[in-house]
Amino acid sequence: MSSPSAPPPTPSPPSPMKEAGARSTTRLGDRIFSGLSKGSGIALLVIMAAIAVFLAIRAGIAIAADEGNFLTTFEWDANADPPRFGIAVLLFGTVVSSVIAMVLAVPVAVGIALFISHYAPRRLATPLAYVVDLLAAVPSIVYGLWGALYLVPRMTGPFQWLDDVLGWTGVFAYDGTPARSLMTVGLLLAVMILPIITSVTREVFLQTPKANQEAALALGATRWEVIRMTVLPFGRSGVISASMLGLGRALGETMAVATVLSPSFLINASLLESGGGTFAQNIASQFKEAGSMGRDALIASGLVLFLLTLLVNGAARLIIARRKEYSGANA
Amino acid sequence: MSGTTVPADEEASRGPAVGRVALRRPRLPGWSLAALALGSVAVGTGVGLVARLDSRGQWGLIAALVFVGATFALSASVEGRRHAVDRLAAVLVWACFIVAMVPLASLVWETVARGIPGVSWYFLTHSMNGVLSWQEGGGIYHAILGTVEQVLLASVIAIPLGLLTAVYLVEYGRGRLARAITFFVDVMTGIPSIVAGLFVLSLWIMMLDFGYSGFAGAMALAILMVPIVVRSTEEMLKLVPNELREASLAMGVPKWRTILKVVLPTAIGGITTGVMLALARIAGETAPIILLVFGNNMINGNPFEGAQSSLPLYVYEQWGFGTEQAFDRAWAAAAVLIAFVMILNLVARGIARWKAPSGGR
Amino acid sequence: MAKRIDVSALTAYYGAHKAIDGITLHVEPASVTAFIGPSGCGKSTFLRTLNRMHEVTPGGRVEGKVLLDNEDLYGQGVDPVSVRRTVGMVFQRPNPFPTMSIYDNVAAGLKLNGIKYRRSELDDIVEKNLRGANLWNEVKDRLGRPGSGLSGGQQQRLCIARATAVEPDVLLMDEPCSALDPISTLAIEDLIDKLKTEYTIVIVTHNMQQAARVSDRTAFFNLAAIGEPGRLIEVDATEKIFSNPSVQATEDYISGRFG
Repeated sequence: MSSPSAPPPTPSPPSPMKEAGARSTTRLGDRIFSGLSKGSGIALLVIMAAIAVFLAIRAGIAIAADEGNFLTTFEWDANADPPRFGIAVLLFGTVVSSVIAMVLAVPVAVGIALFISHYAPRRLATPLAYVVDLLAAVPSIVYGLWGALYLVPRMTGPFQWLDDVLGWTGVFAYDGTPARSLMTVGLLLAVMILPIITSVTREVFLQTPKANQEAALALGATRWEVIRMTVLPFGRSGVISASMLGLGRALGETMAVATVLSPSFLINASLLESGGGTFAQNIASQFKEAGSMGRDALIASGLVLFLLTLLVNGAARLIIARRKEYSGANA
Repeated sequence: MSGTTVPADEEASRGPAVGRVALRRPRLPGWSLAALALGSVAVGTGVGLVARLDSRGQWGLIAALVFVGATFALSASVEGRRHAVDRLAAVLVWACFIVAMVPLASLVWETVARGIPGVSWYFLTHSMNGVLSWQEGGGIYHAILGTVEQVLLASVIAIPLGLLTAVYLVEYGRGRLARAITFFVDVMTGIPSIVAGLFVLSLWIMMLDFGYSGFAGAMALAILMVPIVVRSTEEMLKLVPNELREASLAMGVPKWRTILKVVLPTAIGGITTGVMLALARIAGETAPIILLVFGNNMINGNPFEGAQSSLPLYVYEQWGFGTEQAFDRAWAAAAVLIAFVMILNLVARGIARWKAPSGGR
Repeated sequence: MAKRIDVSALTAYYGAHKAIDGITLHVEPASVTAFIGPSGCGKSTFLRTLNRMHEVTPGGRVEGKVLLDNEDLYGQGVDPVSVRRTVGMVFQRPNPFPTMSIYDNVAAGLKLNGIKYRRSELDDIVEKNLRGANLWNEVKDRLGRPGSGLSGGQQQRLCIARATAVEPDVLLMDEPCSALDPISTLAIEDLIDKLKTEYTIVIVTHNMQQAARVSDRTAFFNLAAIGEPGRLIEVDATEKIFSNPSVQATEDYISGRFG
């Protein structure tokens, strides 16, 4: 912006701040305030860039020194000289436990959301929605504590039964040791992401136009048919994006996994037996013993986790954006 | 559609019959479902006893499956397939609700039942200084102090940054910069807490060579808090009617004063709610604290110098000791933590309700 | 096909609030009956009691009888789902299913019957009803496109085709033209005139010219004061209501002295 006291020889370029262009006397307060708020926005962008850059620098150091293959090595000897470590086990464990969580949580969450939006008596629905929102706020360490001390001992029986019925597949083989396995982790993650998926899904279901639901009713649809004709098609993209948000939470969850899982750098064919690990759990568990190279290696694995969650959240945003266009076209 | 068959007369043009429906149809009386439920429980118990299944969960599962199957079969034979499907959907939706409430209720119940006995005035006012893992006693004073200081420091960083960014997005932001900020705020919302911790670790501790401190943890918490504050504030500011802004601007009030004196006060209820929900969220974070605050059994009131503790970290450490005494302390601290978070939530929602009418909706 | 409706002593509530009180009314088969009256007089509520849609509203309940050719809609063992299938409804705002194509919108009700139709049968039914709704020529080339892409008037005719596709005995219309422009309104009114040979039609309208144009009989509803329940003031042949009503309030309303 040009100074008002010295008129410039050429017409001043349009100011980025619209006040300056619109009024001849730009008030100092306005400039300071809009500058501050714009600065905050830019600061956020800088922080995001810094996160990516600093993690990448550290990860670069670690990966350059890695004697193993960063992607395929089944070991984590980052403090050894030379260091050997790879993320294969962590990637497997992170994805598998999160997928288990999704498979268990999404159908149940959709069910609860429907229960609150369309089935429960009103007197029950409102407090229930409130309770679900409160449960979404329970700290993850509390879920972790509950998972380790309450859930794990109680999983032995069901796992034994799964082994009896499906043990022949290998995936559900069980040796009777404490159930500190990826399956238990997946179950606990499912319980954890249930409230968040439920509350987003419920909001979408409640937005289903009443006019459409009444139209279906007036055609002689039963309650379930009304839901299938109007609520589910309308809410489908909302359910998908809610699930992706839940998946993002499950992928990055640290404490619930660190407390429940008995980690090892092996991929166990059975989901019911202990072993494996996740990115976040590995970082939390190894951090205190890690030396300088060990930390860099953990940061490198953290960068992979960061990219993974970016991917999932980006996909969720894309779906939400599409949905906005879609409903906008119909408005 | 395909006009191959041209209707010859009025009768043919009526097409296939759609079919009359009777207004009355046989319906299952209410008591039949209750009877089915009782019968299913009986079958579940019977099978459980005969087959010597030791887990009550399996009994319940059998009973539930029998109930679902029998309801569907009975309804299909009496009421017809459509109504049977309707009933099946209702039963499954109720089942989802019950299935989900079991672990969630158990979580709350366990924490309260195992935690409350350990909570005492002594527990709240003493640290773990000199208490070994297998000993009784000790407390969480140092952890509460750490949590409060870290959360307050994080808010001091995050609230102005978040508020101003939201103001920029709603009141000033146009074009590419605003879109980029909106997008990256969304991205920030999804950052795993441990990644935020790793960032501060690599910048503050590894590169700038500062030590572990509450402040380092607070920075990571602030990164997690900012996007929540931006999002909720943005929503609230958008609810403020444009007429209010225009009325103020028309009186010659400069824009920044309009925002400070008219827009923000109108939305303050909702903004406060959002901030408190964000506080509740970060107060329970553990992962960045492990990396940046490190943990300390003694009271350290200075968040800028030396390791501290925090409530969630304390729970994690006590769990890690693996002794009964430590488990008791972990549950008690978890109960205190839940109470802390729930109070924040309830107050936030209380404010939202109290301020709702004047919130400019 | 078209059936007669006999309502006796019908009272409807929203929770504790009494919305309409003690309405007794006969609707002739294969004719158009219009409900007129000031806002809040309960005419829409009354309409919704005729296909048991009123009880869908939280707190909504009904006392009294509605006989459809001597069968009580509120009788024991009567299934509201079957009632709504028999008594079709068109709403104030056009509400085609946004996620369905034009074709699927018309066929939506048929898919609820539990009968499996062959594709050609469905095609015939869809064409017949779109023709019946005077919409076929406008949409026959884009049956696969979303119904929400049509204009308001076309959407409303699509909703009428959707309602007639299940071959109801009665068609209820709740201010079907209030969201439409005059040309679309005219198209709908023509359609109503055509449909009344096959259906018993009940239409709620705020537009008295419309009531005079389309209906055979007109019922006037009024309420004593805000918060009081709505009551039926009089019902008679449309010509009589508009030329020489027997109640002073009707004449005041029609001549524009209130409401």
